[in-house]
Amino acid sequence: MTDLLRVDKVTVSFDGFRALNDLTLTLESGELRCLVGPNGAGKTTLMDVITGKTRPDSGTVRFGEHDITRFPEHEIVGLGIGRKFQRPTVFPGHTVFENLELTMHGEKGVFHTLFARLSIGQRQAIDRILELIGLTAERTRLAGLLSHGQKQWLEIGMLLMQEPKLLLVDEPVAGMAQSEIEKTAEILASLAGKHTVLVVEHDMDFVRSIARTVTVLHEGSVLAEGTMQEVQADPRVVEVYLGV
Amino acid sequence: MSGARAASTSPRALRNGDVGLVILVCVCVAVFVPLFNLIPDEKSTIHVPDFLVALVGKLTCYAMVAVAMDFVWGYAGILSLCHGLFFALGGYAMGMYLMRCIGTQGMYRNNLPDFMVFLDWKELPWYWRGFDHFSFALAMALFVPGFVAFAFGYFAFRSRINGVYFSIVTQAVLFAAMLLFFRNATGFGGNNGLTDFKTIVGYALREPSTRATLCGLSGVALAATYAICRAIISSRAGRVLTAMRDAQAKVRFSGYNVTSYQLFAWTLSAVLCGMAGALYVPQVGIINPSEMQPSNSVEMAIWVAVGGRGTLAGAILGAFLVNGAKSWLTVAFPTAWLYVLGALFVVVTLLLPGGILRVFAGLGEARRLAIGASEARRSDSSRVSSSRPPPPVLVRKEREP
Repeated sequence: MTDLLRVDKVTVSFDGFRALNDLTLTLESGELRCLVGPNGAGKTTLMDVITGKTRPDSGTVRFGEHDITRFPEHEIVGLGIGRKFQRPTVFPGHTVFENLELTMHGEKGVFHTLFARLSIGQRQAIDRILELIGLTAERTRLAGLLSHGQKQWLEIGMLLMQEPKLLLVDEPVAGMAQSEIEKTAEILASLAGKHTVLVVEHDMDFVRSIARTVTVLHEGSVLAEGTMQEVQADPRVVEVYLGV
Repeated sequence: MSGARAASTSPRALRNGDVGLVILVCVCVAVFVPLFNLIPDEKSTIHVPDFLVALVGKLTCYAMVAVAMDFVWGYAGILSLCHGLFFALGGYAMGMYLMRCIGTQGMYRNNLPDFMVFLDWKELPWYWRGFDHFSFALAMALFVPGFVAFAFGYFAFRSRINGVYFSIVTQAVLFAAMLLFFRNATGFGGNNGLTDFKTIVGYALREPSTRATLCGLSGVALAATYAICRAIISSRAGRVLTAMRDAQAKVRFSGYNVTSYQLFAWTLSAVLCGMAGALYVPQVGIINPSEMQPSNSVEMAIWVAVGGRGTLAGAILGAFLVNGAKSWLTVAFPTAWLYVLGALFVVVTLLLPGGILRVFAGLGEARRLAIGASEARRSDSSRVSSSRPPPPVLVRKEREP
């Protein structure tokens, strides 16, 4: 397997506070990785750096052949990195179908979208995703009227429409009911292999149910990495995070 | 006011009502008002008096501004407080042409505009060159506002200045421009602006036929403005604009270059404003820096808010209603106008956050829902079908290609 993402010695500080401290992390193609760590460990900041929202003070981020450290957000998306935010963000004034249409992979310039029409193939692609996220019946509903769980799935669907190589998923099951959590685990597990997925999550049961490899962050750097059992057995991890 | 709320009142119903209303208004302005002014005898009861032609023409220009404003505010979520500047720039470009049309018929019988003779200038400044030609002036009326908007927007949007911060900066730009135009040395007639126009492309501006034609052209231009904005809103680019209004970060992380979309909507809106200004000036006969007063630009936002933000027909309705009321009240009760305007804004904000048009659309909707419900009951009782159409408020049909 080849490295898809390589975060190399990245440091980010906000007013002297080091959110990321010389952090190095690599992801292999097709992997499903979980990122855990106590509050303030730098999980969300790491996602910000990878997606271009925050610029690191030092260090590099490489994605495939590209050094994306200084790329603007929309170009990083164009290369194939999709991000799901912590709070579900969909376009509330558009229908479920239109939400998927807007995030579809392809040319996204103004003059293209002014005259763009959906091809039959594109419609079928949207229908397939609707099926996968279980929202076929809701296709003409305004996304603002969906339930919390449905919005989370729609957002995952919107990410998939981008056909990303790497999916960054921030707390996908926060605030979900148990049945919804199980369905989300199913969706994410089905994505591994075809896509590379990096999940940030607090819910340890959920992490245990999906993760093959777990990375523990603490104070802006990697504390431990391995399977769930290995990580849980690590005394440093027990001390800072699991607390058991 | 959140975009989600604005959008949740059945866009389809609004869109259908929209087109009909706009066609009606445009046909009235472009065809009926000019014809009923020119053809019937002046004493006839169906004769449209000259003053009304001038008023309708003027209001139509305001309506174009309102559509341009609604496009960029109601749909793209960018509140501008400097649309008066773009309007005035278009107006000045046309005014400069009209000044050159005066030729040697001015007060001083000099080929230079009167104010330049008065300031003892010997020749035309370089930037007045070319304005002897109508087509050049018209091109400038569109280009200059567009260019100013683009240049300003490029830096503002690139630095991610959004929301109320952007609005404040636009207000500052407007104010600076007004001070610049007030100066005599700037070369646009200072305080008095440009006035005393005589002819346009050879036709005397005083003639009723010229005025009726200008009014008719305004109606056509309003229809064009509406058609352009409507077409864009209905395209995928339009859906990106509204998505940007509701969740800008998400649009960025969906792979769109938000800056270029903002710049596109912003510049187009300014160009449309410039066109309105160019039609406005020959009809009112004057352009001066008071058009750039901050209060004028704020009023433009009020027209849109009153009519209904995010409904293009609402913007037109708002421009006609507010300005019609202004024209009447400033004559009938000169001191009361500002109170009425203030009260109107308070009432609309508190009681009709969706604007006047949504009230009408809402009534239509309620009626249709009632009909739908009674039909469903009927079909229920006859056991034909118990399926009832879901309420249109929540459901929107996909657009077919």
